[in-house]
Amino acid sequence: MAKAFQKIYTKLEAITKATVSLHAQDVANDELATVDGRLAQVIKIDGDLVSLQVFSGTEGIPTNAEVIFMGEPPTLKVSDDLAGRFFNAYGKPIDGGVEPDGEKREIGGPSVNPFRRKQPSQIIPTGIAGIDLNNTLVSGQKIPFFADPDQPYNNVMAMVALRAKVDKIILGGMGLSNDDFLFFKKSFENAGALDKIICFVNTTDNPPVERLLIPDMALAAAEYFAVDKNEKVLVLLTDMTLYADALSIVSNRMDQIPSKDSMPGSLYSDLAKIYEKAVQLPDGGSITIIAVTTLSGGDITHAIPDNTGYITEGQLYLRKDSDTGKVIIDPFRSLSRLKQLVIGKQTREDHPQVMNAAIRLYADASNAKTKMENGFDLTDYDERTLSFAKDYSANILAIDINIDTTEMLDRTWILLSKYFSQTEVAIKQELMNKYWKNN
Amino acid sequence: MKTTGKVTRIIANLVSVKVDGHVAQNEVCYIKLDDTQLMADVIKVDGEKVQVQVYESTRGLRVGSNVEFQGHMLEATLGPGLLSSNYDGLQNNLASMTGVFLKRGDYTSPLDFDKLWDFTPTAKVGDEVIAADWLGEVTEGWLEHKIMLPFKFKGRYKITSIAAEGSYKIGDTIAVVTDENENPHEVTMVQRWPVKQAITAFREKPRPFRIMETGVRVIDTFNPIAEGGTGFIPGPFGCGKTVLQHALAKQASADIIINAACGERANEVVEIFTEFPELDDPRTGRKLMERTIIICNTSNMPVSAREASVYTAMTIAEYYRAMGFKILLLADSTSRWAQALREMSNRLEELPGADAFPMDLSAIISNFYARAGLVYLNNNQTGSVTFIGTVSPAGGNLKEPVTESTKKAARCFYALAQSRADSKRYPAVDPVDSYSKYLEYPEIIEYLNKTISENWTANVSEGKNIVLRGREAYEQINILGDDSVPVEYHDRLWKSELVDYVILQQDAFDAIDASAPLKRQQYMYEKVLDICRTKFNFTNFNECIDFYKRIINNMRQMNYSVFHGDDFKNYEKELEKILEERI
Repeated sequence: MAKAFQKIYTKLEAITKATVSLHAQDVANDELATVDGRLAQVIKIDGDLVSLQVFSGTEGIPTNAEVIFMGEPPTLKVSDDLAGRFFNAYGKPIDGGVEPDGEKREIGGPSVNPFRRKQPSQIIPTGIAGIDLNNTLVSGQKIPFFADPDQPYNNVMAMVALRAKVDKIILGGMGLSNDDFLFFKKSFENAGALDKIICFVNTTDNPPVERLLIPDMALAAAEYFAVDKNEKVLVLLTDMTLYADALSIVSNRMDQIPSKDSMPGSLYSDLAKIYEKAVQLPDGGSITIIAVTTLSGGDITHAIPDNTGYITEGQLYLRKDSDTGKVIIDPFRSLSRLKQLVIGKQTREDHPQVMNAAIRLYADASNAKTKMENGFDLTDYDERTLSFAKDYSANILAIDINIDTTEMLDRTWILLSKYFSQTEVAIKQELMNKYWKNN
Repeated sequence: MKTTGKVTRIIANLVSVKVDGHVAQNEVCYIKLDDTQLMADVIKVDGEKVQVQVYESTRGLRVGSNVEFQGHMLEATLGPGLLSSNYDGLQNNLASMTGVFLKRGDYTSPLDFDKLWDFTPTAKVGDEVIAADWLGEVTEGWLEHKIMLPFKFKGRYKITSIAAEGSYKIGDTIAVVTDENENPHEVTMVQRWPVKQAITAFREKPRPFRIMETGVRVIDTFNPIAEGGTGFIPGPFGCGKTVLQHALAKQASADIIINAACGERANEVVEIFTEFPELDDPRTGRKLMERTIIICNTSNMPVSAREASVYTAMTIAEYYRAMGFKILLLADSTSRWAQALREMSNRLEELPGADAFPMDLSAIISNFYARAGLVYLNNNQTGSVTFIGTVSPAGGNLKEPVTESTKKAARCFYALAQSRADSKRYPAVDPVDSYSKYLEYPEIIEYLNKTISENWTANVSEGKNIVLRGREAYEQINILGDDSVPVEYHDRLWKSELVDYVILQQDAFDAIDASAPLKRQQYMYEKVLDICRTKFNFTNFNECIDFYKRIINNMRQMNYSVFHGDDFKNYEKELEKILEERI
């Protein structure tokens, strides 16, 4: 419904697949409008010619469509009532409930002054050794899963979210299949965690360009809880590759010159604007982002994972361990850049050294495996590394195991003592004297 | 009368303005938006239609908005108080902004105009002076900040009055000078300079002739950077670019470090904000922050200010160089700056070059690198700006435009190799691909051989050769198998591993190993070379491998111990014993 102060136009000058243009007065950049009832946003103003991006596409829009300018950029009404609710990309409820009331906030708002940020220093335990032990998650961090489409990344992410000790979990689903959406919903329900969940979802049934609103919506809600309420917020964004694809659709339709892999030249800044919302705030609140970037054929040099890798603070890879048949977080390629800030400080003193020693020995096992495959003879040491690796992935790394870091460290010590001598493990003597398990 | 105009077109942060008078290319203007002003600068003029790039988000901007041109380009404000400051790319003081979020149009003064500084004149009435000549000094923290005749002053001037020793604000007149036409000009302690123009108020820029110590072995020993030199560090993500940059920022033997965080992660800058005020500078015992200036335009801050940030940083570096200081400027990452250029060029609908970068990318990069250098000031003292930039090559591919353009401009190339990072050989600087052109400068060769040891440069090439031969042996062994090659191949491989583990690798997180002074580097390097020159007897390859592993372990322990301390000496004795077994 048009309100008194809103301007209404009924003559479109041009229509493309995703945009419409018309003559209009006193329009603000980034302002929202409805075109024939569909939500659109101003993306270009040239004199009195205004171009609008229609989120759901322009199919069937006539040249005499009614265009109503709303006088403001996209907003979200924020309040505690967001908790437990499911929304679409426009922030409208899709769970049958009423639209929650609250303070209207612009989405995609300004950045935190870097000088006001605090250094991340709190571990977010997940019970998964591939994360807690080897690639520790820290509140205020941003980290994606780099996963092939066939890997169970959404399951792992849901598991991580539900185990993480946080106040709110906000899911931003982009191009989520309806099945996956229902999976998330069910997992959250089963865990009895609905009261701390907020979902903004664009499924594959919805138009792709709508996805562009999802991260900003999710992060506007996150900022409300982290900044206003000093809460620890975990934001899940899946799948950022589909988000980037939507960016390239829009830039293509705006006749922009594509750069690498047909992606817009601004991809880095576009992604950074989202990921950099991860923050440790001075008053205790924090936003942590776990995202999913699906790869095509494991290629991390593609523009999307490549730009992501330069922005995020590490990345996690999933891998099926061939010895045990279990999914693990790849100890070699995964990395958490912030782990140094917490390991051995918030966790037990031996954490950094034990982690490195175990990974080194695990790497030796992988060399031994190659040697074996190439038909070379294995030494006694090679054999022992192989047994260690099997034990390590079955009893520590497998993601279905849920134990705390101290238990992870103890289990690692047991394996180290079982298969190796102290010289082979080569950890600081002081730590070996204290923790070595005499069998 | 200032030129004014009205907004006619808006596409993201590219705005067209219809103007009523003269404008200059790169002139700064302010666009009125509600009760704030958005800063922008002119990037293209076409008759009365002028294109400006806005340094902020243009959300909510309307056509018809008023624009006011300022009559000058983007300028840095230079004067006492820069040291230890934290600025954004446009030199707004981040610390004096209120609130957690950056507010659009919140421009804060780079310097405190109310603070009093103790000024001591060093020139006297009647002296003839030219731009950059020192008139007096104030104490800024630990350094004597020279008050100069501003760089903008052209020609010769005579001092007709100069302030007596005392406390002054930076805006106070501290001297009056007359030009050749007897017109008087007032000089204060603050001056402004357009960031995109190099400050060339010095006598001469010679070829660099001495090196800047960084405490990083793979740089100082293998590919040293000259004081006043240029270098760059390209590397895929996760190869330790940032750790290496931070190591340089902490350890380099410069008077002042300027960190330009250009389009990178905010948390990395937070690390500097948090740690540098606490960490000691081993050379002076002062806190690291006391010699640091941060220019921070992280990836989520406005894109066009990203480009400005590296120029702002360079201008401040040149300003301190003119006072005779040794400055190290670090920019992380110049690729983000190039991407900012690309975004703008794209919106201007310019014909793109390779990977959609602007055609003049290469020229822009070399121009920027050329601003570094060691100079003789007007009074024959030296000052220097050493510049090291990082490059983030897309997909880790060094054949992309930014890396290639930078390679033409920078004299040192520190390539970070994914394979080294994967096998945790840090710093992951590739010993074979990397180079320092300065090792070919006769001046530098002479300097190194004189200050370190007589055969130093010959020793360095010998070490590089050992690494290269080791790599060849490694490939042979991999193809033929451990026992199908002569033991000598293993010997060759492990000699290169010895150089790698003991010299090239360095633990940036270990209190002692993180920084190795040149004396220590020389001692260890010559020891390693001695071993490499020795012929050992092995009956089989296992003996060879075990032997070198023991040596490596022992010498790494030496690296972790206080130089010539008890532990160090014990490990050294043990090393002698191991060596004797096989001679």
